[in-house]
Amino acid sequence: MEKKFKGRVICKGNYEGECVVSRQGLNTLATFQKSALMNKKKVIGSDQNNPDVYGKNLTGVALILPQTIGSTTGGLVIQTICQMKINPSALLFSEEIDSLAASGVILAKNWENSNIIAIDKLGSDILSEIKTGDKIKISEDGTVEVIE
Amino acid sequence: MKLTKEEQAILSGSEGKTKAKIMQTLVEFGELFGATEFVPVSTSGHLVTSFGIGLLKPVYRIMDEIIEAGLKTPYPFTVDPRPIDYKNVKCSILDKLIFSKIMYSKQKHYEEQLSKIGLKNKNAFTCTCYLEEVGNTPKYGDILSWAESSAVVFANSVLGARCNRNSGMLDIFGAILGKVPKFGLLTDDGRKADYIVEIKTTHLPEAQILGSAIGMKVMEKVPYVVGLDKFLGTELNDDTISYLKDFGAATASNGAVGLYHIDNLTPEARKFGKKLWRENAIRYVIDDAELERVYKSYPVMWKKEDAKPSLCFIGCPHLSFNQLKNWTEKIGENLKKSGRKKVKVRTIMTCAPDVAAKFKKTDDYKKFIGYGVKLSSICPLMYTNNPLAGSKPIITNSNKLRTYSKARYYKDDDIVKIICEVK
Repeated sequence: MEKKFKGRVICKGNYEGECVVSRQGLNTLATFQKSALMNKKKVIGSDQNNPDVYGKNLTGVALILPQTIGSTTGGLVIQTICQMKINPSALLFSEEIDSLAASGVILAKNWENSNIIAIDKLGSDILSEIKTGDKIKISEDGTVEVIE
Repeated sequence: MKLTKEEQAILSGSEGKTKAKIMQTLVEFGELFGATEFVPVSTSGHLVTSFGIGLLKPVYRIMDEIIEAGLKTPYPFTVDPRPIDYKNVKCSILDKLIFSKIMYSKQKHYEEQLSKIGLKNKNAFTCTCYLEEVGNTPKYGDILSWAESSAVVFANSVLGARCNRNSGMLDIFGAILGKVPKFGLLTDDGRKADYIVEIKTTHLPEAQILGSAIGMKVMEKVPYVVGLDKFLGTELNDDTISYLKDFGAATASNGAVGLYHIDNLTPEARKFGKKLWRENAIRYVIDDAELERVYKSYPVMWKKEDAKPSLCFIGCPHLSFNQLKNWTEKIGENLKKSGRKKVKVRTIMTCAPDVAAKFKKTDDYKKFIGYGVKLSSICPLMYTNNPLAGSKPIITNSNKLRTYSKARYYKDDDIVKIICEVK
């Protein structure tokens, strides 16, 4: 079966590479804080309450998630990891993007010249049909497909 | 979004590059959520970023850009609590080193920046800015540019003001621009209830657990709670305001609730009642068993589950004046039971600086410090964010603090027994 999804483009771009899937809401602060605070060159997911991302490299990958949750500093954290250039290459939301993540990608685009890709409304099937480690292709029109 | 001529001019740079970029950011944010226009912010702002944490480098750079552009908020704003209070929350040399040199190395610089763009005063650091002692209390229908999740949900639900769950930075952008995009909780439709929550418990539920249960169920949706007025009554007074403050903070941190309605109690529920229910609203029944299930589901994050607590934080969100008085009485009663004069677990209660100033003038305060409890205006969450604090067995009655740290949650009646060592 062809695994292809189409969503709404928030920040467009092309990407080919690995993905990490968080089936539960991603707590932005808990996930990214530790690596950013320690000034690391890569983000290793640090939210112990989220086994899908805990201990995994999140820099340069496509991160697939339903929405973000948690602290209203969330947008700032996304902006900061983009400024540090340790951000995921793409944020792919199964639901409508939440206001905190939206703030983050818009702040990153307008204030950090970030080229982070953001697509939302991809549908909940993407969370079950794509698995962490799958190689995916993202196109500028908001199409996401598994290529390996 | 349809912009007025004045807004279009700002976007084109008529008032400088920085203001144009602020406008651009808010336009893009609004358009993502279907906003068609801006609406004026009608009162003071409240910011979530109170902490000069080293990692948030973009914040300091943008603040400098705002200051250089000569921009200020039209109304003085309040901000979340400070992360450090060495006087009342004693720290080891290593803790101090980590706090002052690594984690919050930008605190002084950041507070200077806040002052330059419109910070109310040195007492403006609290997450409960809406309490009457602090005075940043919006009126019914006011449009806000706030971010702190517990303050946003209180202002929307208990005061009837209108504010979306904004991220840090967008709060100050809206406050400076004096406008926010109109969508979500700023619209009548966005304030309708997606869930009808029926309370069928045998007694008044613990606010923090009820809020947690509802937050985890509805996430960012709007719940309309029926049956709570049987216990809380139908009047907003000091007790109900304190209860709803803690309840709301738990809905917003365990979920992402920005607005709730309590039947016969909160202003919009009193005014519109069942007209607020969406046609297809989902029902969620909460009884004693459901609350117990939620309570038992909280993971214990301590290294040793049976460790003896070394620190207790009460006051996330910050306590009200009424709650400080009630806790003093509660601790006094339990110390009497245990035959002790002072608490046996180091206990810190937190409240707004203006609330602390009022409480310090009372006889209760003398009893409070006599019991060995410390009063601070620190942010417990920022304190426990320290990697060293993560290894300490900290207890709390705050569901918000439990969610964002390794602190262990206890109900009010249990935590007071632990700190007073009542067998």
